[in-house]
Amino acid sequence: MKILIKNGRVIDPASGRDEAADVSIAGGRILAIGRVGPEFTPERTVDASGCIVAPGLVDLAARLREPGHEHEGMLESELNAAAAGGVTSLVCPPDTDPTLDEPGLVEMLKFRARKLSLCRLFPLGALTRGLAGEVLTEMAELTDAGCVGFSQAEVAVKDTQVLMRALQYASTFGYAVWLRPQDGWLGKGVAASGAVATRMGLSGVPVAAETIALLTIIELVRATGARVHLCRLSSAAGVALVRQAKAQGLPITADVSINSLHLTDVDIGFFNPAMRLTPPLRQGADREALRQALADGTLDALVSDHTPVAADAKTLPFGEAEPGGTGLELLLSLALKWGADSGLALGPTLAKVTSEPVRVLGDALGSLASSAGRLVEGGVADVCVFDPAQTWAVAPEALRSQGRHTPFDFESTGMALPGRVRATLVAGLPAFEAR
Amino acid sequence: MSTLNLDAQALYAEMLAAVRALWRPGMQVLGIWSGGAWLAERLHADLGLPGKPGVITSALHRDDFSARGFGHGKDATKIPFEVDGAHILLIDDVLFTGRTIRAVLNELFDFGRPASVTLAVLVDRGGRELPIQPALAAAKVVLPAAQRLSLARLDDGQFTFSVKDND
Amino acid sequence: MLQRRNPQLNRHGELIHLLSIEGLPRDVLAHILDTAGTFLSVNDRDVKKVPLLRGKSVFNLFFENSTRTRTTFEIAAKRLSADVLNLDIARSSTAKGESLLDTIANLSAMHADMFVVRHAESGAPYLIAQHVAPHVHVVNAGDGRHAHPTQGLLDMYTIRHYKRDFTQLSVAIVGDIVHSRVARSDIHALTTLGVPDIRAVGPKTLVPGDLRQMGVRVCHDLDEGIRDADVIIMLRLQNERMSGAMLPSAGEFSMKYGLRPEKLGLAKPDAIVMHPGPINRGVEIDSSVADGAHSVILPQVTFGIAVRMAVMSIIAGNEA
Repeated sequence: MKILIKNGRVIDPASGRDEAADVSIAGGRILAIGRVGPEFTPERTVDASGCIVAPGLVDLAARLREPGHEHEGMLESELNAAAAGGVTSLVCPPDTDPTLDEPGLVEMLKFRARKLSLCRLFPLGALTRGLAGEVLTEMAELTDAGCVGFSQAEVAVKDTQVLMRALQYASTFGYAVWLRPQDGWLGKGVAASGAVATRMGLSGVPVAAETIALLTIIELVRATGARVHLCRLSSAAGVALVRQAKAQGLPITADVSINSLHLTDVDIGFFNPAMRLTPPLRQGADREALRQALADGTLDALVSDHTPVAADAKTLPFGEAEPGGTGLELLLSLALKWGADSGLALGPTLAKVTSEPVRVLGDALGSLASSAGRLVEGGVADVCVFDPAQTWAVAPEALRSQGRHTPFDFESTGMALPGRVRATLVAGLPAFEAR
Repeated sequence: MSTLNLDAQALYAEMLAAVRALWRPGMQVLGIWSGGAWLAERLHADLGLPGKPGVITSALHRDDFSARGFGHGKDATKIPFEVDGAHILLIDDVLFTGRTIRAVLNELFDFGRPASVTLAVLVDRGGRELPIQPALAAAKVVLPAAQRLSLARLDDGQFTFSVKDND
Repeated sequence: MLQRRNPQLNRHGELIHLLSIEGLPRDVLAHILDTAGTFLSVNDRDVKKVPLLRGKSVFNLFFENSTRTRTTFEIAAKRLSADVLNLDIARSSTAKGESLLDTIANLSAMHADMFVVRHAESGAPYLIAQHVAPHVHVVNAGDGRHAHPTQGLLDMYTIRHYKRDFTQLSVAIVGDIVHSRVARSDIHALTTLGVPDIRAVGPKTLVPGDLRQMGVRVCHDLDEGIRDADVIIMLRLQNERMSGAMLPSAGEFSMKYGLRPEKLGLAKPDAIVMHPGPINRGVEIDSSVADGAHSVILPQVTFGIAVRMAVMSIIAGNEA
């Protein structure tokens, strides 16, 4: 399909481009940026006046709840949510039911996503069978089936011997291992240790749960040379360790979720179960460190950590509520909010959800690596057109995701969020258009 | 705000005289908090009785609890005599709908079974909503329903009336 | 983030639920204590009943067993002339998987006016209070480790009864504080009422340094903790709350932190000894101390009924 995006301001973080330009698209690729002549006859025109034309967002952490957990999120609703949020590529963790430890499951998932043409899906395979932390999965087969890395989702591998072997094996083939730094024993609490958890009588997760796990992982990376991506940093102490490890040249990248970037334990309020999240919300000083680390590159990417939770599982006493919040439709706005609060220009802000996540994925993206997360002539036409000036109030009923629980709903925060997606294109086809 | 010219001190004097007339030895004086309790204190002394009069509150038996909730007042019932078999002189400042008396009687009967209860009030303003009658009232007045009449006691112990609009 | 109004208070600042002592202004606490005084005298009469809650249904919802606390709430509600229903949760449909909110909704459909709730999870009563109809009131009878507000209030009543002026006192709380909802409620109440010196006493595993942020002095030595104290509140060593290795044995705890007669000598000569009960004789407290002249443990129980009557009648009279 031939599409023309007119009158927009094109921002491509990877190249630094920031200019008013039209964009022409054909055959799923970007034909031209800015030099669109009258000979180009589009079948569809997207009016991007007043809008930014950016690469489609790349979200490194979004749960789709398929296979299994179907009552919580059908593939279709969640991928629609992604498109509505301007997300054109997403990485999903392997904690599905059954876990993504069989190539057949991965193929099926990718096939179904491709048919919907709403968003590109890059699954992470399970690092160990059933995520049980004992037996390695067939990483080569899973990679052939489409996995871009291997992960334990939220489940810690308690046996360090197994973890070391998993990293050694993965590094044989250059596969990336994605790990959540949280100690299996110390990480059992429901809120971050500190004055708030103590006052509220909630079992705490000390910072040591993150730092001990980080130190273990860092040492194992040093020993094995495995490429590791650290998922969902939550503390200042954790950030300091990542900074140090990177300075030592270790092959490590890291991300932070929209929740940890914007909220603290005080936001739990009167035991609001929407704030039951993992990692748990920490204190103000941690939030500041995370915001600074995302700005200076210690943290490479911002993720939504999209986790749809059914109402039955959320409207429970805080400690019993299932952790997680919806995020695909909020990623762009929360990235913009962080960027504005930090005094960053739009280019560097958008990099954290476009070109930087692509850099984290690296070779795993195959041929897409050269153009995903970018706007480049000849590259794939994954585009997000959004109005940066429009604000919106998050209303759970209006979300496309079946996960309606979010700490950012307007009723709780009284704050409208900046930035509204006007249109999303995936492989040069419209995946979403705002009314 | 009051167009009333009630002299509380003068009315008290009349009340005392009337109480003396119906007084029988052995009667116990019981005042309804707060105006009735002040009157009871002065009557008890003027009658030359030993000890102190009882004080009783309607707070725990009011029929408007659901609407008004629990007040912040310091009232409490303190009855220093045996209620069973007692002849009680119940004193209040202003008698209006009769609901306070009904609540006070319920409170009183939680303590025992009196032989008799005689009601003496300073002012009867009519407007009864229950079948309750005083044995004596020093004055009868009529006031708009929206106004509240109650006894006040000044620092030197003198009685005076206060008229307020209902909120 | 938006500052939310404390769900316990209505728009006029009146108490409609009692969920926790945190966030309650001093005059609300004082009102409850004053009202409890009135009810104490009611409990001395021949007719111990008043009609304030007549026609109202009070449902005792105890998701955690406690015959003691449930009984005192039942007595309090009945003395207010309420109809009381005890829900045996273990045998009810909740055990069959009915959610907490479904249970509440079903009971509300049976015209419950007040829920007295005890639950193992901190915060459960807040969830309930958020989901009941406007005319329904919730009293927290203990939620996880978070709060036991009526216990906190009756402890304050006890202290006021024997010591009068809060602003001159030293109060020591001894024992398993990190797991104790009683301790948290006591601490909030003591700080709100202006007690200048509150000590939290126990080993580091049971008395974390974070407690300082609640306004208390953390002591890991019993002698230092109770020296010159006017009030000593002993907490029960709760075996069932401890998961994993926090204490080697009750015996060692008793050796280091048990209140024995000779230790009592370190406190002020007229110090009072309190305990929320049930007591573990010989563990946190010696029998001779529990039964001795300084102990006010039994009066606490009497005060507890009056305080609960006060709480229930105050909240029942206020509209959401």
